[in-house]
Amino acid sequence: MSTSFLLICLFGLGGFSYFFGRRRIGALTRAARVKQHSRDVYHGSFVALCAVGVPLIVLLAWAGLSPLLLDAMLEDFLRRQSPDLSLGEMGVAMAKVKAYFSGALPEAFTGELIRSGSAYFAELRSASNQARSVAITLLALGGLAFGLSKLAPRFTARPAVERVFNAAMMMASAIAILTTIGIVLSLIFETLRFFDKVPVMDFLFGLSWSPQIAMRADQIGGAGAFGAIPLFAGTMMITFIAMLVAVPIGLMSAIYLSEYANPRLRGIAKPGIEILAGVPTVVYGFFAALMVAPFLRDSGADIGLALSSESALAAGLVMGIMIIPFISSLSDDVINAVPQTLRDGAAALGATQSETIRQVVLPAALPGIVSAILLAISRAIGETMIVVMAAGVAANLTANPFESVTTVTVQIVMLLVGDQEFDSAKTLAAFALGLVLFLITLMLNVVALYVVNRFREQYD
Amino acid sequence: MTDKIDIRSANPLAAQAYQARLKKRYRAERRFRAYGLAAIMTAGMILLFLLNAIIFASLPAFSHHYMRLDVEISTDYVSAQTPQEGNYLGLVRAALREQFPDVTARRDKRALYKILSLGAADGLQKRVMAAPDLVGTRVSLDVPLSDDIDLMLKGLIDRSLPQSDRIVSDRDLVWVDKLLAEDRITRKFAFALFTNGDSREPEMAGIRGALVGSLWTLLVTLIVSFPLGVLAAIYLEEVAPKNRATALIEVNINNLAAVPSIVYGLLGLAVFINFFHLPRSAPLVGGLVLALMTLPRIIIPTRAAFAAIPPSIREAALGVGASRTQVIMHHVLPLAMPGILTGTIIGLAQAAGETAPLLMIGMMAFIVDVPGDVTAKATVLPAQIYMWANNPERAFVARTSAGIVVLLTLLLVVNAAAIYFRRRFEKRW
Repeated sequence: MSTSFLLICLFGLGGFSYFFGRRRIGALTRAARVKQHSRDVYHGSFVALCAVGVPLIVLLAWAGLSPLLLDAMLEDFLRRQSPDLSLGEMGVAMAKVKAYFSGALPEAFTGELIRSGSAYFAELRSASNQARSVAITLLALGGLAFGLSKLAPRFTARPAVERVFNAAMMMASAIAILTTIGIVLSLIFETLRFFDKVPVMDFLFGLSWSPQIAMRADQIGGAGAFGAIPLFAGTMMITFIAMLVAVPIGLMSAIYLSEYANPRLRGIAKPGIEILAGVPTVVYGFFAALMVAPFLRDSGADIGLALSSESALAAGLVMGIMIIPFISSLSDDVINAVPQTLRDGAAALGATQSETIRQVVLPAALPGIVSAILLAISRAIGETMIVVMAAGVAANLTANPFESVTTVTVQIVMLLVGDQEFDSAKTLAAFALGLVLFLITLMLNVVALYVVNRFREQYD
Repeated sequence: MTDKIDIRSANPLAAQAYQARLKKRYRAERRFRAYGLAAIMTAGMILLFLLNAIIFASLPAFSHHYMRLDVEISTDYVSAQTPQEGNYLGLVRAALREQFPDVTARRDKRALYKILSLGAADGLQKRVMAAPDLVGTRVSLDVPLSDDIDLMLKGLIDRSLPQSDRIVSDRDLVWVDKLLAEDRITRKFAFALFTNGDSREPEMAGIRGALVGSLWTLLVTLIVSFPLGVLAAIYLEEVAPKNRATALIEVNINNLAAVPSIVYGLLGLAVFINFFHLPRSAPLVGGLVLALMTLPRIIIPTRAAFAAIPPSIREAALGVGASRTQVIMHHVLPLAMPGILTGTIIGLAQAAGETAPLLMIGMMAFIVDVPGDVTAKATVLPAQIYMWANNPERAFVARTSAGIVVLLTLLLVVNAAAIYFRRRFEKRW
């Protein structure tokens, strides 16, 4: 039975158990003539949970773990069939077996090994499926019987159901922690493996980045160079250009909208800026690569400037546009949070509105604005699509914004897109870069939080 | 220190220096206002320019030039018994040769064929497979021209350039002019954009495969992240004791919301693909990665929605004997629903526009077929846009823009729905 069929059966069984449980408790109560502890709904839900809960968990676990087991068994089988396969050949053979099994690989491209492997794999799959169907059917029926056997007018079904509900809530919250642990562990493990191949210092302080993979073992420069400084420099330059665009425009529009604008302009401008925030980054990337970059290059050529068509300027400008709504909406919130009494006080002393804003409102809102800018920087550093599409791939260590530079995120994409061996330094380098990215953005977020908490004035 | 001051002459409001200062201050005030207005105008102009440029660039993709051909469905190419094996392109090409009897040399013929799209025969094939008794008859049909000829007819390739500088050769021009003179060329709406999967030929490339892939992916995202997000938010806001563990989870969730999306892609690659051996390029994995990414973006607005509900509601329910769970399920959750749905919709809209993490797990493969389930190889609309944007062929610029227009329209509709929800059902307590 397929996974989806089992799922549908389980949901059907759940619905049936619910209604059956409700009817049954009604009958039991009428027969016993005692006061029922929990409402019918809870008895029904209890039976349904008993019938469906455990099988559902088993089904999920099976879906997650059985491919692992099957792959291990297949590898073992292939190893027994031809013991002299190298690790790489084994990977190819496994992939071929699966492709042949799913019908994606024509028979002409297979050998004896692949066909026998595929037959074995098919056997394993059907055995696993049968075992799963039997296990789940037994568990579901057993659960149903157990649930029904517990039903009685004085049975405390509500607390039982609520306990399950509470457990589910706690597990859902734990997912957040698990995600963080997953991110940290997967990044750290791969990064440590990377540092086995490339020394930490070479990575963090090396000035040359060219992660080629060797076609032959003795190729010159085959090992590649993994010095990440050019990437960090490129990222910083593009982020800096983006901030030059986004901070003045975002901050000034937030000030104007919250302090000067009449409700009508506010009603138009705020949603407009929110639209800018909702535009997917791939759209900005396209805009940068196919519209802004050629325009900059041509106008640069007109005034005698040699701009690369993948200049840091184009990527930075468009990234700045992307960040504007981020800064403007966060600053808008903090500016609005400054109490009106401060403004009234400044006005009473004879300050003009702009003096009030510059000397009273902005200083009061400063921690919030600084934290908004820090968050925006973290956003810009982690932004991927704009730079992948509009910035360069070659790692240049330069301070000239008209030249092409590359960034951390671009390199992660370049290293991982396409076919990959999972053990090469090239692939692992992406995880090391990912770890750096994660740590930097984490640090910026923590500092942003700290700035707000430490320097915010409580006016109420 | 205190000099004697003649009150009359030193009237501060009349003093010249004061007037000058006041003028200066007012000028500064006007300047400051102008800066603010300029900033908003700049943002607005950029938005208008961006939308305009993309819509304008997309227009050519919504139509295509077709050529009317009278095709003799001869039994040399197709048999009525096995219509699926016929050589339909051969048929169409034979009909094209009929139009140009003076083209006889092999090389010239091959050049002639290039004015038609490689998918020129697809429509004919569909028609004949649906009605095999057409074999042996003569039908008139519109076949798509190649993308270069189409661009030239749309005026996007300048025909006054010397031949070496344009893709369309002088001979092509002569042929097309003959067809134009015979009134055989028509411009029609390009349905292929919406009904086809991806293709190497721009005129045959469509977004259907990517749209369906996006739907599967978002379905997985919704199924995983909505219940988990709401449950976690309920727990954190309504149930959890305020202790260090809860505080840790809270900080964690806020940080997760700010983790760059590409890091989620790395997580998906390392955990789902390399550890759990789930299939690459599948909506299942894409959906799971996006779900993890969306989770904090659902939890945060959901918690805000719960926090906005006054405690009096909870106390009243507790007062009449409801259990804590009943208070939540019967009162708090229904009242918070508009806020929760708005947050979920906005979170999903963000996920729908996300590309970077999906590139990591291979959801940018070249896939012609429409994916049938969540484990089939698939791509999503933003990834499709990215792939088309990378394609050097000129006609793909318009295709890419058209894909963007479709994506933006969808996101706009979804976001508008979210705003409507909020306006319609939001309660101020």
